[in-house]
Amino acid sequence: MMKNMNDSKCAHREFVAEHVKQLPKSGIRRFFDLVNTMDDVISLGVGEPDFVTPWTIRETGIFSLEKGHTSYTSNLGTPALRREVCRYVEKNYHVSYNPDNECIITIGVSEALDIAMRALLNPGDEVLYTEPCFVSYPAEVRMAHGVPVPVETRFEDEFALDPEMLRAKITPKTRVLLLNFPCNPTGAVMPVDKLRKVAEIAIEHDLVVITDEIYSELLYEGEHVSIASLPGMRERTLFLHGFSKAFAMTGWRIGYACGPREIIDAMMKVHQYAIMCASTMAQEAALEALRNGEKEMARMRDSYCERRNLIVDGLNRIGLECLLPKGAFYAFPSIRSTGLDSTEFAEQLLKAERVAVVPGVAFGACGEGFVRCCYATAASEIMEALDRMGRFMESLKQQ
Amino acid sequence: MKAKILNLLAENARMSLAEIAGRVGATPEEVKAAIHSLEEEGVIRGYKVILNESDLGVSKVRALIEVKVTPRRDGGFDQVAERIARYPEVTDLYLISGGFDLLLMVEGDSLQDVASFVSAKLSTIDGVISTSTGFMLKKYKESGRIMQNDEEYERLKVCP
Repeated sequence: MMKNMNDSKCAHREFVAEHVKQLPKSGIRRFFDLVNTMDDVISLGVGEPDFVTPWTIRETGIFSLEKGHTSYTSNLGTPALRREVCRYVEKNYHVSYNPDNECIITIGVSEALDIAMRALLNPGDEVLYTEPCFVSYPAEVRMAHGVPVPVETRFEDEFALDPEMLRAKITPKTRVLLLNFPCNPTGAVMPVDKLRKVAEIAIEHDLVVITDEIYSELLYEGEHVSIASLPGMRERTLFLHGFSKAFAMTGWRIGYACGPREIIDAMMKVHQYAIMCASTMAQEAALEALRNGEKEMARMRDSYCERRNLIVDGLNRIGLECLLPKGAFYAFPSIRSTGLDSTEFAEQLLKAERVAVVPGVAFGACGEGFVRCCYATAASEIMEALDRMGRFMESLKQQ
Repeated sequence: MKAKILNLLAENARMSLAEIAGRVGATPEEVKAAIHSLEEEGVIRGYKVILNESDLGVSKVRALIEVKVTPRRDGGFDQVAERIARYPEVTDLYLISGGFDLLLMVEGDSLQDVASFVSAKLSTIDGVISTSTGFMLKKYKESGRIMQNDEEYERLKVCP
């Protein structure tokens, strides 16, 4: 007789590793499930451009298939793309990298971050990162057996990293500092004077800095400065970037890392065993994005900027205090005046007025009291969402 | 600000004043005044709807006509062009470089309509040397809008 494998008496050891079992499911996921049960929802809950990838880039991807370029590429990525990436990084970020051994093409910044953590961390090493932050950061650290240590960023600092708060979190086990400016979810950027202080602290404590600059093209005021370009930083900085946001290529999954050869070599080992290479079609499309996509990128950026002004004005008008974010495509208004926590606010708003925003707490404990509203949504939808949110705010007052 | 407003109107001429105002960072009243002055100056000549007639069941006949013209000593192509432009059948008219001079788009209710316009009106205009008429068979794109409906593709409503 066949043994029933589902028999509860048939005890087996835990299948799932302890550190993965301990990982929380993304707070966004639960909210996503709720939104999906409803119709007529205006969503300010996305984290991606509302543009389709510019045609010239899509066409190049199609042509790549037509030509039959369907085999693996070199592990690091095609030499042509690496050369173009290094040229682009030098031109826009003022740091020069050798395409032969200081640049690796990855499956989005997500993979770059994953292999960086696996390449850099010994078990128990501490990684400092700013909160509120992209939901993957602490999980990426844990999956590499590191210890994520959040450093709060505050509304009163316009969500820039305060160097002294950073310093206070450093221990002998701190190995890596992870930065993301312009920031998802706050849209914050780092003023150069603060960035310089952070660089000094990194040098003083011999930290590796991983800088995720995926939103750096989407900057509406001032000039973007990469920490990698500051004196003494190139040799200890890993620069992560990709095509998802600036070129509206999220679904292509293509990004890259540039850094000192020692680190890229180590990442390359993890990458070659885990991934082999990024998809050939996406690499060829990405090359076209860098060669001929900048005009379309500027057009999209200008469009985000218009909508940023629209949503920030509107949020402040209806009584949700909101800073003018300088980059990315997120507004991060405070909802403290409502007396609700961010999850209650988001759920009640969704149920009452069918507008989806993401509770700030999904981005870390100090995101409590805020919600993230993505303005990569049609202007007419933003206006409708603001009307609905205004109505919601009125109804709260009357309760 | 006027340039920004024109960009938005070129994208959607029915955009509300409130939306334009929000996107250019002005008040609706300022936007209204700016649009009014653009109309007065003649920068804005009108507002037009972009149709996909094949969905409508109306069958207008359109033709693109290449016209060769003898330029006049006094005034070049302008006099002939202005004369042609006055015909209501002519919806668009351009002076073109290359193998011919004027490019017209002509609209009529039937093939016959367009044919008789060409033979009876256009060809007889003083200065017109020759015409070459191409009837439009299918419209794929007009004023930046693609006529084919793409399959609906829904992005995730919430994502990190």
